[in-house]
Amino acid sequence: MSDFNIKVREEGDIIILETSGYLNNFGGDRVASICKQSISEGKRKLLINMENTKMVNSIGVSILIEVIEDLQGVNGTLGYYNVAPIIEKTFNIMGITNYSKIYTSEKAAIEALT
Amino acid sequence: MSNPTVELTLPVMQDMELAATKTAEVIAKRMDLDGEKTDEISMALIEACINAFEHSKSKDNIFIQYIIDPEKLIIKVGDKGIGFDAEVVAIPKIVEKLNSDNKRGWGLQLMKELMDTVEFQSSEDGTTVTMTKNR
Repeated sequence: MSDFNIKVREEGDIIILETSGYLNNFGGDRVASICKQSISEGKRKLLINMENTKMVNSIGVSILIEVIEDLQGVNGTLGYYNVAPIIEKTFNIMGITNYSKIYTSEKAAIEALT
Repeated sequence: MSNPTVELTLPVMQDMELAATKTAEVIAKRMDLDGEKTDEISMALIEACINAFEHSKSKDNIFIQYIIDPEKLIIKVGDKGIGFDAEVVAIPKIVEKLNSDNKRGWGLQLMKELMDTVEFQSSEDGTTVTMTKNR
């Protein structure tokens, strides 16, 4: 099994997921599960701190598309920060940065979403 | 004299693609490739391995060759699966993936974007993808 973990915290009305480890299908499912739960509880602003996730695969990232889809239905927002360059490149190639945003830092992300 | 070649055999097991990336990192360092190229190779290799694991529908091992050419790194990922036609695989588009049941299918596109060349040889006896990254 993958060594993938998530810590969740709240900053005001923003849910922050801090991931660590390889974002594969299992990691993607766990991220999506927490995001969907948060959306069902009325949360609309989700951030993922990827400081400790240095590698992803396309299956894990494709699961994030489900989260984007769910957020579109409720006028919500998904963002990321501390994203490794290769992950940012992967997000750009897949086009998910057209529907979610990469921020340079947590401060920048929170300021943008507040 | 033939180019130095590293060979790796991987069983079809969860996350075994990371073993392939570790080997690639060692070779890239030996070739003095920069971090950006090394990361691109690793990401493309992950996708090639996943394709081999999943799309081959095979329980056999997959085979990887890293060929250290003076001008480039050549990576071959082979499986003994049922094969496929890369020409008929549609280029994925995010706008079509949203609100679609199938959100996957990005592997080939990522490999093509991240490597300098990508070629497929496929038959009913298996598939080999050959990718290159120039120095």
